[in-house]
Amino acid sequence: MARAELMDYDQALELFEPVIGLEVHVELNTETKMFSPAPNPANSKFHGAEPNTLVTPVCLGLPGSLPVVNGDAVRSSISLGLALGCSIAPSSRFARKNYFYPDLAKNYQISQYDEPIAFEGSVEVELPNGRVFRVPIERAHMEEDAGKLTHVGGSTGRIQGAEYSLVDYNRAGVPLVEIVTKPIFGAEADAPELAKAYVSTIRDIAISLGISEARMERGNLRCDANVSLRPRGAEKLGTRTETKNVNSFRSIERAVRYEIQRQAAILAKGGTITQETRHWHEDTGTTSPGRPKSDADDYRYFPEPDLLPVEPSPELIEQLRAALPEPPAAHRRRLKAEWGFTDLEFQDVLNGGLLVEVAETVAAGASPAAARKWWTGELTRVANAKATDAASLATPQQVAELAALVEAGTLTDRLARQVLEGVAAGEGSPQQIVDARGLAVVSDDGALVAAIDEALASQPDVLAKIRDGKVQAAGAVIGAVMKAMQGKADAARVRELVLERAGNGG
Amino acid sequence: MSDLIRLSAADLGERLAAGEVSSVEATQAHLDRITAVDGAVHAFLHVDTERALATAADVDRRRAAGEELGPLAGVPIAIKDVLVTEGMPSTAGSRILEGWIPPYDATPVRLVREAGLVPLGKTNMDEFAMGSSTEHSAYGPTHNPWDLERIPGGSGGGSAASVASFEAPLALGSDTGGSIRQPAHVTGTVGVKPTYGAVSRYGSIALASSLDQIGPVTRTVLDAALLHDVIAGHDPHDSTSIPDAWPSMADAVRRADVAGLRIGVVKELDSDGFQAGVRQRFHESLELLERNGAEIVEVSAPHFEYAIAAYYLILPAEASSNLAKFDSVRFGLRVTPDGGGTVEQVMAATREAGFGPEVKRRIILGTYALSAGYYDAYYGSAQKVRTLVQRDFDAAFANVDVLATPTAPTTAFKLGEKLDDPLAMYLNDVATIPANLAGVPGISVPAGLAPEDGLPVGIQFLAPAREDARLYNVGGALERLLLAEWGRPILDGLPDLSTHELLATEEGAV
Repeated sequence: MARAELMDYDQALELFEPVIGLEVHVELNTETKMFSPAPNPANSKFHGAEPNTLVTPVCLGLPGSLPVVNGDAVRSSISLGLALGCSIAPSSRFARKNYFYPDLAKNYQISQYDEPIAFEGSVEVELPNGRVFRVPIERAHMEEDAGKLTHVGGSTGRIQGAEYSLVDYNRAGVPLVEIVTKPIFGAEADAPELAKAYVSTIRDIAISLGISEARMERGNLRCDANVSLRPRGAEKLGTRTETKNVNSFRSIERAVRYEIQRQAAILAKGGTITQETRHWHEDTGTTSPGRPKSDADDYRYFPEPDLLPVEPSPELIEQLRAALPEPPAAHRRRLKAEWGFTDLEFQDVLNGGLLVEVAETVAAGASPAAARKWWTGELTRVANAKATDAASLATPQQVAELAALVEAGTLTDRLARQVLEGVAAGEGSPQQIVDARGLAVVSDDGALVAAIDEALASQPDVLAKIRDGKVQAAGAVIGAVMKAMQGKADAARVRELVLERAGNGG
Repeated sequence: MSDLIRLSAADLGERLAAGEVSSVEATQAHLDRITAVDGAVHAFLHVDTERALATAADVDRRRAAGEELGPLAGVPIAIKDVLVTEGMPSTAGSRILEGWIPPYDATPVRLVREAGLVPLGKTNMDEFAMGSSTEHSAYGPTHNPWDLERIPGGSGGGSAASVASFEAPLALGSDTGGSIRQPAHVTGTVGVKPTYGAVSRYGSIALASSLDQIGPVTRTVLDAALLHDVIAGHDPHDSTSIPDAWPSMADAVRRADVAGLRIGVVKELDSDGFQAGVRQRFHESLELLERNGAEIVEVSAPHFEYAIAAYYLILPAEASSNLAKFDSVRFGLRVTPDGGGTVEQVMAATREAGFGPEVKRRIILGTYALSAGYYDAYYGSAQKVRTLVQRDFDAAFANVDVLATPTAPTTAFKLGEKLDDPLAMYLNDVATIPANLAGVPGISVPAGLAPEDGLPVGIQFLAPAREDARLYNVGGALERLLLAEWGRPILDGLPDLSTHELLATEEGAV
């Protein structure tokens, strides 16, 4: 549906109540995969490996191979379950989900079905407007990721119409935890914001637990958003759609908002919603139908006979519980106080999903104010222009390095913005970019004095005014000098020197 | 025929250790035997002459260098094609894996290599171990060396026939519902299905994961025990493998003594449904054991009669999922429809061409049994029966040390006789399936030849899980007692296979 045909958002909310449900897949950063000793590409150590180099007979589903559960992945899953306030099952089971797809080496996925490791929890989510919402969690279960397909030829980049497809099994078997919420009622107009804030909170939790790299742009964190509408006053839930491929915080919000407006337009005209999977298109800001999904999908689940039940000891669970970091809400309150941010400043950080980035930047040595300024300012501006998340553009270490360069006087704010652009473009660390682009402030007074003398000499009228005590006239000279220095000078120092030279010259 | 091939693995091992014979000589003798008779028997799908001789030479060198070697070092062994072998074709009897060379060794294969055994090659089997006659091999049937017109049992007919026809002293088999024990029964050999989890399944091309177990196929109980000691033990690559240490099975055979042993006869498996000669040899064996101090007790296992039905739901269900990986994408056969096709069409065409009718039958059965709406009625009910069968075993073993049954209802039937009647074929496993459902160990030991047809008959003993040593005790004792009665091993009565082709030619000329 073209955007013009959508129903106005406020009108949609007047007529319908949105109900959302969110499924978040978290890739764990364990050293090895879920069921095999192959290195795990979701751990940064192994990220970006050549295709099909991080594989064993198990990842490839070779005849005779058998899965073995990764104990670290189980411990990470329990920690995540506990952080989501879930109960941990004393015994949970793996099951086979059977379906044919070329990225699925065994043509079944080992997942958990009727006996997930964690169930019945909730997580507190704070919205940009300050509203705190408790999102009910139905379950969190362990499973393995599939491989990655690249479709070659054809216009859509999808499997239909492709000439051939390439399969990379590096990702096959990456440990995943899928967190499923219960239907979320009562978010009303905040539903899109809530979806975004919820995923951001899950990310904060995963990072604070250290169990995932949690980088959305790498697919460490993936969100499927279920949206349905019911007419005001109705009891029965409407038909839902599941939007996949929503791979940035901003697209989660946009996708939910789009689905609300799209479904409202259809329902208002007396149409019906098809229960289906939909794909989010970042470029057009729309969703399009994927394969129809119905309850008739038959995955022929049955208990995985190659694996024993997972039975963590109560001691292990308590040990992991004791090691949990503080809950997200308390964590946020503490950071806000520590950093001395105003409500508005802190909301700015939360709204950008940048809490972890700011915290890590501060931990890397930057002042809270500088960390906030660079993340919510320049980086967010560039991210918006690129339709992505600021977190994907730079690392906290890079931003801290930049702040230190500004602090030391090596960079002005203006130069720092240029350096950040370089960082976002992947040109290297701030220092490397400063060196490569020659962006450092000229701190050699000799070079400045030469430029000032030249400027004063070419503007004798200004020189006269300054000598008459009209100090503000120095601005013109300062501007000329900054221009001559291509901005690589500290304006305050230039001013000092201009006044000094003008005086001395007299 | 070289005397070397007549030796048991234990005796050959001793002569190798004493330096009376080299492994290269022993290996060559078996390779010669294969050349002489396998054209008639067709026990092997692949013989790796070069590598076998190289392995044998290596063992000889190590022995000459004074290295400490195990009791079976230098002894040749045949490997069922269900086990993957690095650098050696592994087809599981299926066209869909034709030409595939695995990049790794199954754990039992790695263990036999590490123990210095010499793999000769891969043995024939029903496709993906689905069958009781080896007729479902995509590469043609194996012939029973007792009568080449008859089946060698299945699915491990190749392993049993190779051992019975002196092509190898030892073989590895796999047993999902009787695929080691039933071939042993019809070929006059010894076959053991260990406790589920005793031997790693890593590298065994899965039929039904909760039922499959790898085990020894041999001519003597001691040989089975020696091989069992090599392959059993925990494997970190198989989550279902038992972590505990095992006692020596070979010691159990050497100390075999049935005095005071309580043997339960399962009355449901001692019925008119069994061939007269099979029952006769069964009861004679029991009487012999009784005369030597064992106590024979009748026990009831009321749920065994439902075992086949449950088995033929659980097995296809697991198999339908295990066989889904054969899709042409990563290994094995790929069939592209004329004019190309989508990945689904290529998968379908490959599976259509690569799987035989019995495999397709079971995939369809299993897919159906797991389908939403039928799961509880079929797979769910079958699992309940499985629990009841386990309870029957528990109740029986509360009163007796081991159970005894005939291994299979009949002696070897004729090739083709039951090929068009799947149900009749399935009934072959009526006595062997309960052990797989319960995970308990079983052994089949030769009990003589049926008077009516002169074909071998086996007796099966079953023990509680992890009590595999009891099987070697009772099996070893019976073997010794029967040998004393017969005066020679049963396989001494095997027809002379080396003249078979000559005879056939002469007959044809008449």
